[in-house]
Amino acid sequence: MNRQPAAWLFLTPAAIVLGVFFVLPIIGAFGLSLTDFDLYALADIRNLRFVALDNYWALLHRPLFWAALAHTLYFVAVGVPLSLLVSLCAALLLHSPLARCKAFFRTALFAPVVTTVVAVAVVWRYLFNTKYGWINDALGALGVHPVDWLGDPHWAMPAIILFAVWKNFGYNMIILLAGLQAIPAELYEAARIDGASFWRQLRHITLPMLAPTLLMVGILTVSGYFQLFAEPYVITEGGPLQSTVSVLYLMYNEGFKWWNLGAASAIAFLLFVIMFAVTACLLRAGRPEAGT
Amino acid sequence: MNPRIARALVNGMLLGGTLVALFPMLWMLSVSLMRPGEAAALPPPLLPAQATLHNYQELFLRAGMGRYLCNSLLVSAAITVLSLALNLMAGYAFAKLRFAGREFWFRVVVGMLAVPAQVAMLPLFLMLKPIGLVNNYGGVIVPAMASAFGIFLVRQYARGIPDELLEAARIDGAGELRIFVRIVLPLLKPIMVTLAIYTFLTAWNDFMWPLIVLTGQEHYTLPLGLASLAREHATDTELMMAGSVITVVPVLVLFLALQRYYLEGLLVGSVKG
Repeated sequence: MNRQPAAWLFLTPAAIVLGVFFVLPIIGAFGLSLTDFDLYALADIRNLRFVALDNYWALLHRPLFWAALAHTLYFVAVGVPLSLLVSLCAALLLHSPLARCKAFFRTALFAPVVTTVVAVAVVWRYLFNTKYGWINDALGALGVHPVDWLGDPHWAMPAIILFAVWKNFGYNMIILLAGLQAIPAELYEAARIDGASFWRQLRHITLPMLAPTLLMVGILTVSGYFQLFAEPYVITEGGPLQSTVSVLYLMYNEGFKWWNLGAASAIAFLLFVIMFAVTACLLRAGRPEAGT
Repeated sequence: MNPRIARALVNGMLLGGTLVALFPMLWMLSVSLMRPGEAAALPPPLLPAQATLHNYQELFLRAGMGRYLCNSLLVSAAITVLSLALNLMAGYAFAKLRFAGREFWFRVVVGMLAVPAQVAMLPLFLMLKPIGLVNNYGGVIVPAMASAFGIFLVRQYARGIPDELLEAARIDGAGELRIFVRIVLPLLKPIMVTLAIYTFLTAWNDFMWPLIVLTGQEHYTLPLGLASLAREHATDTELMMAGSVITVVPVLVLFLALQRYYLEGLLVGSVKG
């Protein structure tokens, strides 16, 4: 009995879609990044020229690219640890035997994850309003002076980070909660008999046992946060003073506003390489820890 | 620590967190029912003085929100149905059928998970332009008809199907397609529901690719329509909140109705993978 033909029949439709609309464009992206594809080439393909690595060279000499990269790294470096911390705290609270109405709290805390980024970003844009926004109102109640969240180049990115943490922490919370539930209860019982405090149990049992899950969740979050786009597009439009232009925002503008598709492809490819390198570093850094 | 204090502390913090998580959405709903200009007062009001559907009326009658809503439903439903069919077939083949290079091709699929979709977007736009898929629903639907993540998810789940069951059907002379439809699909039902919800939510919330490929307003999905409204009507808080409600409520309701499947699937996709 030969089942090969059946297998190929099942695979072919998906393989064609992924091959033509995903793999081929990725290869094409590298090719495109080696050309000067622009508005003239879009009108007439004969205007297209091969420029080798000129696009990359030009990018490395462009202050706006470095600024966009710095903004994105800022977003990742502050946003990811903050997100993980909030997710971990929420998971620990939900896991606590003292917690009541767990199903309700879990659903409520997860709800922001399923909402549409654009819609809730529009909402937060008003919550961040200097005068009428509730965030400054709440801070005012704590005695903090009003912050010009979206008008001050120093505060616009922190505002976007706060929004992203609110939007995303529920996702990792669910995964970490499952990780917590997988830790054998005997470990805690033994620690309790030895009189270990909550903090000692957290440090010596929970965190080491959770390390592999934390690493995986961390890597997924890092690669998600590198793809920052819709938030600045809706909340700040890249401003003020281009302080929230991310790498993808720059790629979008370069490609679909100015139609420099060659240069935009080079930006996309550089982002890919950077993400790949960061992920590889995280995996390497996490391995000995996870192994012990 | 005193157990009563500890209990109050844990539940108090959960309550506080829940309040922060839900406040923006409750505020959005409340402001969407206010009269134009009502939200811009000091101190900012929490509840409308008199609830009105004026903003919703405005959106559907003047701003073409009904069109965006239909577009979103059409695109998300088409992507869900088509990609479900393709991913189920491919995921099952990777899990249960033997063919040359199975391990290699599965590793290729897993490798695709690591590539950010944005890398493909520029060439994809240039590819779709000559075949008429730019500014066409097809431009959003066709590239999403299969996904590496969907195939991966189905494969992980389908590996649990006992081989004996399939062999028995083959001995009885059933064809592979018949086995797939009659035996495999019923067994894959839980993952089908999970994947369907996940795909629908992702398609509904997607922003960057539709923004690139749907260039004309008549094809806008809700997120695109809302983003463009937000740039035109930046000061109409109440109107924008109504637009956000229309965009968010369908997916929130879907999630609340089917959350058990969704949350379980999320764990299949991550922890066990």
